[in-house]
Amino acid sequence: MMPIPLSWWLTVSAALFSIGVYGALSRKNAIGILMGIELVLNAVNINLVAFWRYIAPTDISGQVFAIIVITVAAAEAAVGLAIIIALYRRRQTAVVDDLDLLKN
Amino acid sequence: MDLEFIISLIVQIVMIGVIAVALMTAFAAMVMVERKLLGRFTLRYGPNRVGKYGSLQIIADMFKLFFKEEVIPGHVERTVYLMAPGLALVPALMAFAVVPIAGAPFTLPFQIMGTPITINPWIANVNVGVLYILAIGSLGTYGVILGGWSSNNKYSLLGGLRTSAQMLSYELPMGLAMLSAILIVGSMQLTNIVEFQASYLGGFFWLILVQPVAFIVFYICALAEAGRSPFDLPETENELIAGFSTEYGGMKFGLFFAAEYVHMIVVSFIMATVFLGGWSGPFAQQAPFLGIGYLLIKVAFILFTMIWVRASIPRVRFDKLMKFCWKFLLPVSIANAAATALVLAVLFF
Amino acid sequence: MPFDPSQIPIVQIVFFVMTACAIGGAIGVVSSPNLFHSALYLVLSLFGVAGYYVLLSAGFLAVVQLMVYVGAIAILILFAIMFARRLMGQGENQNNQQWWLSLPIVMILFAVLVGVVNTVSWPVSGAEPTGDTVMELGHAFLGSYLIPFEVVSILLSVALIGGIFLAREKVEAEEA
Repeated sequence: MMPIPLSWWLTVSAALFSIGVYGALSRKNAIGILMGIELVLNAVNINLVAFWRYIAPTDISGQVFAIIVITVAAAEAAVGLAIIIALYRRRQTAVVDDLDLLKN
Repeated sequence: MDLEFIISLIVQIVMIGVIAVALMTAFAAMVMVERKLLGRFTLRYGPNRVGKYGSLQIIADMFKLFFKEEVIPGHVERTVYLMAPGLALVPALMAFAVVPIAGAPFTLPFQIMGTPITINPWIANVNVGVLYILAIGSLGTYGVILGGWSSNNKYSLLGGLRTSAQMLSYELPMGLAMLSAILIVGSMQLTNIVEFQASYLGGFFWLILVQPVAFIVFYICALAEAGRSPFDLPETENELIAGFSTEYGGMKFGLFFAAEYVHMIVVSFIMATVFLGGWSGPFAQQAPFLGIGYLLIKVAFILFTMIWVRASIPRVRFDKLMKFCWKFLLPVSIANAAATALVLAVLFF
Repeated sequence: MPFDPSQIPIVQIVFFVMTACAIGGAIGVVSSPNLFHSALYLVLSLFGVAGYYVLLSAGFLAVVQLMVYVGAIAILILFAIMFARRLMGQGENQNNQQWWLSLPIVMILFAVLVGVVNTVSWPVSGAEPTGDTVMELGHAFLGSYLIPFEVVSILLSVALIGGIFLAREKVEAEEA
């Protein structure tokens, strides 16, 4: 008998996901958006690991997926921050609303 | 959950407390020994005024730090500023949790409510011990980076950036050196690593014998991670005042100072455990206390060499330090790990 | 009623503490007006998630989370913020014009997710993880998941090289 039901994990993960999405939607600054996306990825990982533990604990795939997600998140953060730094050098801003070169 | 569990929980908490106090005491002793030895290395006496041969100097210093006025400069980011010294010290202490200090559990000579008490020679024996050490080591960067940022001082910021860049960079060869060692053992659990070394070659199959390169790489990285000379860039007094700790005084500075020394002591324990056979030695399996003695001798030797290095080698310039890490240590440790894997594959498959 | 220590729901308490870290940290990330503090809240949140992995008996993942997320990604973010101080935009509003619109949308999303979670009957198996999960992971990565593993390593190297190329200063200045 597990002391914590699966639905608790899924609820927590849903909350983290929603907060992350809100961060990505509402932040003006590119780094803020990036942090929102990191939260979303973490929520996904909680789900993967919880499903592994509760539904298929004998099959390691859940953890494999989670590790791949973490790796991709690392790659995403590296490229994302590099882009932000490069932008900052050129335009002196990281506010995505100001990056409207293609508008006209 | 019954009485036995509660007792084991209490024993565990007491054990954590004892080890934390022991490490802090070791820090005080270490400062003393280092000053004395550095004095000798440079043909001076070292501290010799307070107590016999200056042995109470550190206590006097501590009193001084304790009774200093707590100054918090007005331009700092208060919460983060106060958090940083603790964040520097705690990870250094935490890394000790997985180090096994003896070969067998101790049984206390008395009983509590009819239950005999056995104490494990470790705080936690996790199966990812080596990774745990690396992960906790990477947390140590936070104290530095936050201290540097929250001080709102350009020297602090520069010092913090430098130090964290240095710590991040040297983590990589350190991890790869560890990897070479655990490839041979086939386990990341520190107890297994020690038992492996104790079970071949009459108990002296120390991993340093088969992995000398990994040991040297690890040693250099340990110096850099703990911010020890010749990699003590954080404290380059002559160019950065005192690096990230510029704006800290009194006990807050004391904590940063303690963090550096505790880090150095704990990393020596880890080195002794992974590469020098840990608690193993003649009769250590039968008499656990002997194991502690062996481990302490090995650690003391490593610490002595660290002080020796400090007395002999001048400080490295920052760009050279980074180049040395990325262009020399990292390729060497990758080649070493690959060679180890290749040899193992040829021998065993 | 005498005090019975076996009634203390330790696991649940730990779960709630971790939830306080993870969710509280996440709220801090999206609501803090100072970007640097946001990043610190992110660290707190990532810590909470690492605690979740320990509770879910995925110790290896917990350590990887600490090492990769807390020890590398979060520090990278802090670095980026520190290198470009004006990025922080201290004192100005950190939200764009559509934040009031995204708030209800996200709340609806959350409500839908919770509804789904609680209506589906999950096929929970009572089994315990068998054997050494670390070793199993190793076998999985070099066995049935070899190709994804290789692809992800290539992705990571490409991303790192790309990141260095993008963030690099002008090449002419470098050569001098």
